[in-house]
Amino acid sequence: MSDSASVPDGIKCLPWPEQFQALAKHTKAPVLKAFYEAGCVAPDTPVCDVPMVALDFETTGLESEAHSIVSIGLVPFTLDAILLSQAKHWIVRPKLPLHQMSVTFHGITHADIEKAPDLSDILEEVFASLNGRIPVVHFRHIERPFLDVALQYRLNEGIRFPLVDTMAIEAHLHPDRQPSFFKRLIGEKPVSIRLSDSRKRYGLPHYAAHNALIDAIATAELLQAQIQHHFSPQTPIGDLWL
Amino acid sequence: MQAELIDIRNHLIQHAPFDDMPEELVNQLTESIEISYVRAGTQITETGQISTRMYYVRSGAVEIFRRSGELYNRIGEGEIFGQFGLLMRGQVRFPARALEDSLLYSIPAETFHHLFENDENFADFVEIEDRSRLRSAVSRREKSNALMTSRVSRLISRKTVSAPTTVRLQEAARIMTDQGVSALLLMDEECGDKCDSDRLTGIITDKDLRTRAVTEALPSETPISEIMTEGLITIRASSYVFEAMLTMLHNNVHHLPVIDGEEVRGVIALADIVRYESQSSLYLVSNIFHQQHVKGLKKISLDVRDSFVRMVNEDANSHMIGSAMAGIGRSFTQRLLELGEEKLGPPPVPYCFMALGSMARDEQLVVTDQDNAMILDDSFVPEEHDPYFLELAKFVSDGLAECGYTYCTGDIMATNPKWRQPLKVWRSYFTDWIENPKAQALLNSNIFFDLDGIYGRTEFAEDLKTLICEKASSSQLFLTLMARNALNRTPPLGFFRTFVLEEDGKHQKTFNLKRRGTAPLSDLIRIHALACGSRAQNSFERLKSIGKTKLIMEDDLSNLRDALEFISIVRIRHQALTLEAGGEPDNNVRPEDLSPFERSHLKDAFQVVSNAQKFLRFRYNSQATRHV
Repeated sequence: MSDSASVPDGIKCLPWPEQFQALAKHTKAPVLKAFYEAGCVAPDTPVCDVPMVALDFETTGLESEAHSIVSIGLVPFTLDAILLSQAKHWIVRPKLPLHQMSVTFHGITHADIEKAPDLSDILEEVFASLNGRIPVVHFRHIERPFLDVALQYRLNEGIRFPLVDTMAIEAHLHPDRQPSFFKRLIGEKPVSIRLSDSRKRYGLPHYAAHNALIDAIATAELLQAQIQHHFSPQTPIGDLWL
Repeated sequence: MQAELIDIRNHLIQHAPFDDMPEELVNQLTESIEISYVRAGTQITETGQISTRMYYVRSGAVEIFRRSGELYNRIGEGEIFGQFGLLMRGQVRFPARALEDSLLYSIPAETFHHLFENDENFADFVEIEDRSRLRSAVSRREKSNALMTSRVSRLISRKTVSAPTTVRLQEAARIMTDQGVSALLLMDEECGDKCDSDRLTGIITDKDLRTRAVTEALPSETPISEIMTEGLITIRASSYVFEAMLTMLHNNVHHLPVIDGEEVRGVIALADIVRYESQSSLYLVSNIFHQQHVKGLKKISLDVRDSFVRMVNEDANSHMIGSAMAGIGRSFTQRLLELGEEKLGPPPVPYCFMALGSMARDEQLVVTDQDNAMILDDSFVPEEHDPYFLELAKFVSDGLAECGYTYCTGDIMATNPKWRQPLKVWRSYFTDWIENPKAQALLNSNIFFDLDGIYGRTEFAEDLKTLICEKASSSQLFLTLMARNALNRTPPLGFFRTFVLEEDGKHQKTFNLKRRGTAPLSDLIRIHALACGSRAQNSFERLKSIGKTKLIMEDDLSNLRDALEFISIVRIRHQALTLEAGGEPDNNVRPEDLSPFERSHLKDAFQVVSNAQKFLRFRYNSQATRHV
């Protein structure tokens, strides 16, 4: 996460619920203030009681400093239910030119983007779904840093929050993903912790489409499966978030 | 609905009852879904719980239990459960447990009731499903038959590969090789500006290339239009897979272009369907056509019964089984005719070989004799040509007997000179039967008016169908007498109280499901069909065309359909059980062999037959007094 210069280290060391309270006072932008005021659950809260939101961005590249967000998909959920009625998807106009390669991957065209709003126009809607929920992503080095940079750019303030990373959970479950030289010789393949490969291990279906919303739903389903297979619904959220 | 939820929506609309649902409702449904992942062994709903939702299995499998703990049903991908409790706005009737790790879409009660009130199809499905699930003796742990619930559109896995009809032989073969397809569609591009898309004109398959091009050593520059098959048989994208299977069986083709309105969506091949059924009856059919001798055919005929039993065990419906068995019988006959012609040389004048009775109606079962006839070209000269046709008819008839289709006791076979006549004689037969409906004429009409040209100049048979269509519908006397005849065989209504059983010595404490059930039904359906000028032969198809004329109320029609299906399937299942037990199947059933469920529903079905007979009597008695 890119550090926003204005947040004092004293605040950054606080446990998340207290840190949110401190940040609520410290922050100026109303949309961020509301986000922190909505609070963060205590680390000992069982994961089954935690309101979560699966979040996925499509971006023009992997570097938060050099690339931009193209689309945002999110779906609020709990361990029991992923609520499609509250699923949201936005296309936003990136500040930086759209790479040809990512165009073919996302299926988002230049025409789509020219009509799209800037992220600042939809921030309130996005935060309406984030407030009070713990974000869940697959691969934590995209959504949090990209959002942080985008907010610094627009509001002059970054954002800090804990999140659950389903890829990190898979990585933890498969510490020896790369087979040894000998095992590779006898044909053993490395364990992939990519979203679609991880889902396969839990018997979750393949989704043909790739867009931020479907990937968010896929991530939420994956977390439900991971918890049921390897953890317990009573697992404290503090053991999972990063 | 968010457009990005399309993946979820697309899965729903591949499965009944969502496949026919108006788009707006499906969208509302999609956005009301709550997804949850359950591990194998998880109890999803428990008896006595308040029902708040219906579930759709996105992946995995779920088992439904009776209150007694007995397994009631298994639900797989694309199927729903939990609707019974919601229908009664009450408690969970059948508890559900995940059999495999499953992803479930749960649908809230309000959405369920909204769909129920706004989509008749959906309402019917969730209610009727109740009955049909009961029907499939569920404790047998069978999956529902995917052939009957999946649409043809699901089988299309790639874009249509086509070429203009002007392409040359070698180019066509190259396209097929490059694209890795076994069939190439040929489009006519000459319709100019008038139409947006090219017109589908023909098809060429791997087999055509072998048999028509390579064996004949055609030059590679031969225009493809010279060897392509025209007059294509196609299937609609919305048809069920089993309908595609029946179409292939009926026409003995291995590729079907799939049409959606005016547009060609793709081609499905035999192999696509066979995947649904491990040992498909389609395999059996294609095997029949590979046999070079009667001996080989006889050997294959031993598999027919297995194929029948398997279809019953896979919960196929009676229409599907009847058509598959008829398709197999038709193929034996066709192959025998081909072998006969090879042996005797080409026919001296054109002819059509005709199937009659149950084979023509696509309602054949395993216990069946042969009913067939020949229509010869009007240029037929008996002294000169008849020895050939007698010889051919004998060859076919003996061959069929070898393959288990016993000789017809009533001698309704092409070997009988009376039933081996030129078209003009057949026209005079049919005209005479309709205009002078004496006892024998009526009996003949019952058999011969279910006809299907299966080999040679099938247009001769079509000509006769047209004649029947035009003449019978306007002949009240004929219809009246046919109706009276049809009332002679009554359903065994008193069966449950007084045991009305057949007094035929061998089967004393039994009743005959064909004579007292399906035959009276198909008789009365035939009369209504003749009266409304339908060309359909199959009883279910006849009911459909009767429906279009409003001759019978829609409700009564569906009752007839259900009754025919139920009696047929009890008859079929009874035969399959006998076969599995190593016995010789027949149409007689002992009341004690029926399950309580079969008894109570047979009673309802017989009641339907009886009411339909009353209607027939009323309709033709009252009209008879006016017209005769």
